[in-house]
Amino acid sequence: MASLGSALLGLAFAAALAAGALALAGRKGDERLLTWSRRTVYGFCGLLIACVVIIESAFARDDFSFNIVAEHSSIETPTGYKLAAMWSSQEGSLLLWALVLSLAASAALWATRHKLRDLVPWATAVMMGVAAFFTGLMLFAPDVDPFATLDPAPADGIGLNPLLQHPSMMIHPPMLYSGYVAFTVPFAFAIGALVTRRLDAEWIRATRRFALIAWAFLGFGLLLGARWSYTELGWGGYWAWDPVENAALMPWLLGTAFLHSIMVQEKRGMLKVWNASLIVGTFSMALLGTFLVRSGVLQSIHAFGDNTVGPYILGLIAVVLVGSAALIVSRLDDLRSEKRIDSLASRESVFLVNNLLLVGMTAVIFWGTFFPLISELFTGEKASLAAPWFDRYTTPLAILLVVFTGIGPLLAWRRVSWESAKRVFRLPLAVGAVVTVALVLFTDAESNLWALALFAFAGFALAGLAQEFWSGAAARRQLTGEPGAQALVGLVSRNRRRYGGYIVHVGIIVLLIGIAASSSFQTNRDVELKPGESTVIDGRTITYVKPTVAVDSEKFTFGSILRIEEDGKLVGYLRPSRRFFRPTGQESGTIGSFFAGEATSEVGLRPGPWHDLWIAEQPNIAAVQRGVRAADKGFQACLRGVPGSPPECKALRAAMQASVGDPQREAQALDQISRLQSLAAKNVAQTFLETGAASTFKVIVNPLVTWMWIGGLIALAGALIALWPTRGGRRGALVRTEADARKEAKYREIRDAELDHAAGKLSDEDFAILDAELREEAIEILDREPIA
Amino acid sequence: MDPQRKRKIRLVVALSTAVLLAVALIYTSFSASSEAKEPSELLNAAPGTSYEMTGRVVKGSIQRHGNGIAFRVVDRDGFGQSLPVTYTGTVPDPFRGGREIVLTGAMKSGTFVGERETLITKCPSKFTTKSDG
Repeated sequence: MASLGSALLGLAFAAALAAGALALAGRKGDERLLTWSRRTVYGFCGLLIACVVIIESAFARDDFSFNIVAEHSSIETPTGYKLAAMWSSQEGSLLLWALVLSLAASAALWATRHKLRDLVPWATAVMMGVAAFFTGLMLFAPDVDPFATLDPAPADGIGLNPLLQHPSMMIHPPMLYSGYVAFTVPFAFAIGALVTRRLDAEWIRATRRFALIAWAFLGFGLLLGARWSYTELGWGGYWAWDPVENAALMPWLLGTAFLHSIMVQEKRGMLKVWNASLIVGTFSMALLGTFLVRSGVLQSIHAFGDNTVGPYILGLIAVVLVGSAALIVSRLDDLRSEKRIDSLASRESVFLVNNLLLVGMTAVIFWGTFFPLISELFTGEKASLAAPWFDRYTTPLAILLVVFTGIGPLLAWRRVSWESAKRVFRLPLAVGAVVTVALVLFTDAESNLWALALFAFAGFALAGLAQEFWSGAAARRQLTGEPGAQALVGLVSRNRRRYGGYIVHVGIIVLLIGIAASSSFQTNRDVELKPGESTVIDGRTITYVKPTVAVDSEKFTFGSILRIEEDGKLVGYLRPSRRFFRPTGQESGTIGSFFAGEATSEVGLRPGPWHDLWIAEQPNIAAVQRGVRAADKGFQACLRGVPGSPPECKALRAAMQASVGDPQREAQALDQISRLQSLAAKNVAQTFLETGAASTFKVIVNPLVTWMWIGGLIALAGALIALWPTRGGRRGALVRTEADARKEAKYREIRDAELDHAAGKLSDEDFAILDAELREEAIEILDREPIA
Repeated sequence: MDPQRKRKIRLVVALSTAVLLAVALIYTSFSASSEAKEPSELLNAAPGTSYEMTGRVVKGSIQRHGNGIAFRVVDRDGFGQSLPVTYTGTVPDPFRGGREIVLTGAMKSGTFVGERETLITKCPSKFTTKSDG
């Protein structure tokens, strides 16, 4: 099977090269070559799917002759995690990269098969170039062959690290990867547009969805990673400004900027250099993320070991950056803006500010992440920056972003008159002020001014967004006569991009509220309690009722039952524990070795809308360990036949002696020893219940942290709404030409302006000017169209 | 004001903001960072200065010590003289003998005293090879 896989991977590599070559050969418009190029890309995708199926079936069958299976799975690994173990390996994650890229490339080429004839060949070549790079890595770079085999095959594998056995870890890596990889599509089309000098908004219209999908995947991946850290690592935080986290955040931030600034190019023909540079930056950051995880260049809690592919990826980044920069510079004349910003009080100028903020934030994080290298360069000492440094810059930038998230939707495109501005800003500003006063009067939020500022502006922004929905729905009700709720649904589903985007804004603001509250007003204590003792933290009485022990085939769990009381009333019980996994895939010689594996915390979590109560336990198992040592000694004595040892020892010793030179009997004897040792370990573990030793509990009272997860999910839902194809789009996608798309976009702008006018955002005067401009532009488009 | 001039002013304002931010960034990062050292370099380090120590926990050296732990670390390559370390508070899940840790703290009478909440243990095994089973 492995050799079949290798062959298929080799074929896939050839297919990627062939698809790129065919596309370039047909770049002058040879329909046949282009069709074959596209089919070859589909074939490439099919081959990679086959490769993944072979690997996954090897995981499912426990086929330890596959090196990748032996090192990352074991017989005891639960089935779901067996399948997810593929991407916990270096080679498997590269395979996943290639697979996702092949899927994204196929989807992009299918979607554009009737469009952008001149540009698609170049985009195909770029995507397949990247695909060939990653497939080639697996084939030719040392130690990353997913089909490497072991001969003889071991009886059992090493197993998946228990820390990674968490539901969100099964989907976190594929989500991040899909995010990283999907940015290849807009990047490739941008390169195509630059090469062919087709620098209107067509490449953006064709790939906007992919950028949004990439953004949503990456964001969801980040959220899952944060959730995993919060519930699984026994640390209680969700973000640490660790290089690998930063590496995923940076392309997400740049992607956010890109999603906003492309709207300016679509509507106004501006920011062309900026957009091309942003997508190049985003894609490079995605590659950099892939690189950082595998390079060991920076000290990270995610230690990924030495590896062999780092330098190659760095090479690819260099090629991407230098090539794209040269291309952009050589096309500067074609990249000139078609128009200028009319007024500072317009949506496009707010988008520009938001872009600068996002890019500024990325720059800060980039500097901080790579500071150890920078400082080594200048001072010769590797020095690193901790979370407070990052917070100092990202906090004000995030607050400013919230401010502009609030302002942007309230302004119309092109220009806003003073009169209409006064009208739309009145309510949001009032809400912001009321929130501030209420927080100062009724809470101690003023003890942290940054947090207070964030809450105030969040109130302002959320009120503005609510007003947008409200006045939009009211305008629609007037136009169509639908009742309120129906008008709201109709409004959102007819303007999915706009209102989906607003829902994303709501989600991100809610998420930031959760972050601000939980990071500024958290109570974090370590307490030592003996069974029966209590402590009071933040008005909650926590009583250590009793210790617990659970033993199963793969781990020992030492934990506790805690009674939680608020204001003297029982509100529930928490059961934090710590699991000590048995090492798998190696001979266990002593009872002590049963405790030598990985340990993980199972957090006791009581989530709530206002507070999370989070408790992790560090049980004191010193007494148990003493017992283990004594048991090991006893066991050795038993095997040696020390006088006074129980009669079973004699039988066991006899079995051992009889088995010398007989492999079958020897295995039986060893098996029996292992059974006895395991029994002894269980008995010793039970003594934990009687020791009455004090355990250390880490108790965190985290205000509003639940809203972080809820906000993230709201944002995801908003992205899905914005992505969902409209009915017309679904039918029209098959036949739509570029001219149709351009017309459609302009009509949408006209409808948008009408809605803004009806909703009171545009004054009659502003609307008259804007409408005349838009209609003129629409006529221009119609004039340019050849008469059929 | 004519638009040409207005644009120029805007550009100057934007650029000076960027430069100011960059200067602040550089200044604060060099002053806020703590130097990274390995245990062997710390043995003779001046007491009181804050360092970020990266080292490998010596197997079997971890002992509970009141509300905290005491253990010894060696350089990441596993050689050299070991350095005694104390740390108060709970330790992260992956912490055990043989693991690489990053800890911020200072030397105090021959012992490296870690600051609370700064102990980072590297996540093992994801992408690592056989060396770290």
